[in-house]
Amino acid sequence: MAHVEEHDHHEELPFWRKYIFSEDHKVIAKQYMFSGIFWAIIGASLSILFRLQLGFPDMKLEWLRPILGGWIDESGRLDPEFYLALVTMHGTIMVFFVLTAGLSGTFSNFLIPLQVGARDMASGFLNMLSYWFFFVSSLLMFFSLFIETGPASGGWVIYPPLSALPQAMSGSGLGMTLWLLSMAIFIVSQLLGGINYITTVINLRTRGMSFSKLPLTIWAFLLTAILGLISFPVLLSAALLLIFDRSMGTSFYLSEIYIGGEALPNVGGSPILFQHLFWFLGHPEVYIVLLPALGITSEIIATNSRKPIFGYRAMIASMIGIAFLAFIVWAHHMFVTGMNPFLGSIFMFLTLIIAVPSAVKAFNYITTLWRGNIVFTPAMLFSIGLVSFFISGGLTGIILGNSALDIQLHDTYFVVAHFHLVMGAASAFGFLAGVYHWFPKFFGRMMNKTLGYIHFWFTFVGIYLVFFPMHYIGIAGFPRRYYSFTTYEAFRTFGDLNMFVSLAAIMTFSAQFLFLWNFFYSIFKGKKAPLNPWKSNTLEWTTPLHPGHGNWPGEIPPVYRWAYDYSKPGANDDFIPQNVPYSQTPESNLPHENALIALEKEIEAQNYNDQFKQPH
Amino acid sequence: MSETVNFLPVAEEPEETLSMNPKKFILWMFVVSIVMLFAAMTSAYLVRRAEGNWLEFKMPAIFMYSTVVLLVSSASMHWAYRAAKKDDFGVLRTAISITFAFGLAFLVMQFLGWKDLVAQNVYFVGNPSGSFMYVFTGLHAFHLISGLLVLLFALRAAFKLKIHAKNLTQIEVCMTYWHFLDILWVYLFGFLLYFN
Repeated sequence: MAHVEEHDHHEELPFWRKYIFSEDHKVIAKQYMFSGIFWAIIGASLSILFRLQLGFPDMKLEWLRPILGGWIDESGRLDPEFYLALVTMHGTIMVFFVLTAGLSGTFSNFLIPLQVGARDMASGFLNMLSYWFFFVSSLLMFFSLFIETGPASGGWVIYPPLSALPQAMSGSGLGMTLWLLSMAIFIVSQLLGGINYITTVINLRTRGMSFSKLPLTIWAFLLTAILGLISFPVLLSAALLLIFDRSMGTSFYLSEIYIGGEALPNVGGSPILFQHLFWFLGHPEVYIVLLPALGITSEIIATNSRKPIFGYRAMIASMIGIAFLAFIVWAHHMFVTGMNPFLGSIFMFLTLIIAVPSAVKAFNYITTLWRGNIVFTPAMLFSIGLVSFFISGGLTGIILGNSALDIQLHDTYFVVAHFHLVMGAASAFGFLAGVYHWFPKFFGRMMNKTLGYIHFWFTFVGIYLVFFPMHYIGIAGFPRRYYSFTTYEAFRTFGDLNMFVSLAAIMTFSAQFLFLWNFFYSIFKGKKAPLNPWKSNTLEWTTPLHPGHGNWPGEIPPVYRWAYDYSKPGANDDFIPQNVPYSQTPESNLPHENALIALEKEIEAQNYNDQFKQPH
Repeated sequence: MSETVNFLPVAEEPEETLSMNPKKFILWMFVVSIVMLFAAMTSAYLVRRAEGNWLEFKMPAIFMYSTVVLLVSSASMHWAYRAAKKDDFGVLRTAISITFAFGLAFLVMQFLGWKDLVAQNVYFVGNPSGSFMYVFTGLHAFHLISGLLVLLFALRAAFKLKIHAKNLTQIEVCMTYWHFLDILWVYLFGFLLYFN
């Protein structure tokens, strides 16, 4: 094979090829991780700014003028238009840049080749391209924060006509143009990444790694990538048509309306059309954000309960179920658009079915924990925290999925509380759990445990303190995205609760600096990690402490068993890694596993796509 | 262990690692994303059309001829592939050049079609029924240009004798993409004719 030898070189790559324009999945994963953390700091800071406004409407904010400049008006208050920009950018940044690119980009890139037993992604070049498209899109979005007219302010869902008419508000001008441009590039980046993830999982598995032996993390990443591949092009279509409406004067979303007493030249557009297209992505996007976090949790909970995951196949089936249902429930975001009530009840029915696979997952996590020898590492605590948020946020989903109840609760703080718990906080906990768990593999060092515990308790308690009261505020009818509630007497009653929420938010935000310090300090000064610190079964722990490009020196290990042989009765140790053949563990084999010994030779003789014979 | 264990199904066969050439697989993934892009567009078209206020106009005849041109280019693409399999380099070069030339001709004809639309007073800006026409043809033309680029690389490789019976991946990728763009256009054309 001529093309294999092509890769068989050992010369040192120059710095910029090794660390900047790298094609190594591990370096790209770190690039995504650092970018994700950077965006998370920005996104969270924006939320603190608007929480200050909501909790302390009379506060003098002159001290923020050095950063925000003209957005603090003469009386020392936050500019109302900038408040809308803050809400919009907080949503955009958190949903797309942190929990989509940051979460999938980091862990899919890092874990897929390491856990399926591949040298690298199917195309290192496309993978690099994916990161740099994301980088350009990030630059545009970051730049839009600093322009004079302000960033996009029509909400992260950018509904037309508000977003389609530059004259509608100052944020709909240049800020919106940059938003659309940035998102179009972002979608290309996510497609390139997702195509690579799917191809790698399906075509580059090592010998013996059948689909029924894949760790649940990989199943979750695969389904996430499939969701993205099918739904992101639809958002691209929606964005393209919006760009044509804004910049070229077409009328896809704009009908004959009057703005400021003047009729628009547009004819025959439909703003609802945009909502259909947007939510066809928007709803799967929720699972694009959540599924990787659930996959990470499955892995961490099984490892640290020292028990096989409960219902491995049920976990896969429920994830496939969720992924399928994700595409046929989008209109539950649109119950109040004047939709035919009969159609509404169909979407309500389909939406409520999602409770079934979700409940299967929740019960499986709990039964995995049940009577396990639980090791409370920080990663484990964050995973259990995720399960808690998944349940408490999921329950309110059942309420909101009812079209009749949604008419009352639509666009109130109840919705804000629901999705922040079930998708925002849960996915963020998945990210944090993953960082704590795989930090030794990322950097070859350990993070400080005590700081991890403190970080967990402040964050976990803080998040409930922030979002639980919001349910009450929402049921009382407080609409989201409002600048101030003190103007009307009826809304003043919850002023103290809003203040409490803001204080809790500031506490939770401050606790994240503990994590940041722990993270950056441990990269350089952390304790040196052992090869398999959590006594885990998956393949990534069979690589050297600092794996080179190609991951394994010599041959890629073949795989003989599933990833969850923890505390197997009769076994010498409480874990048996995936690459240990049954012939070496006669003491713990079940009868049908003894029969599998005969097939080990066949597994070793299997062909697989080894991209390059030697790591470099 | 308890007795029930003995009743478990005995000895599964080790499953073969399902695997195809990653480059070809990546291409199929791209095809899926392009299909979704146009599925969204055509659904948007139907939803918007059902709402009424819809301008009806005649489809320029030149789109019919351009469809034939594209079909011919697809046939010659297949001819090129068969020649490559037989190491028939002369035919390969001729066939792949014909494909490229017909692809270019298709693009020119699409542009002429736009001119015909303008002559009918159907503009990009105006009733969405006309705008959609331009968006469909324009987006398809954009993808066809990317197809021509892929074809250009294959053309260069064919003249450098890099495509032969033992090295077919490149021309297979090129052929799959070209046939896909052809089918995509036939679908769009049929769709626009039927739902005019």
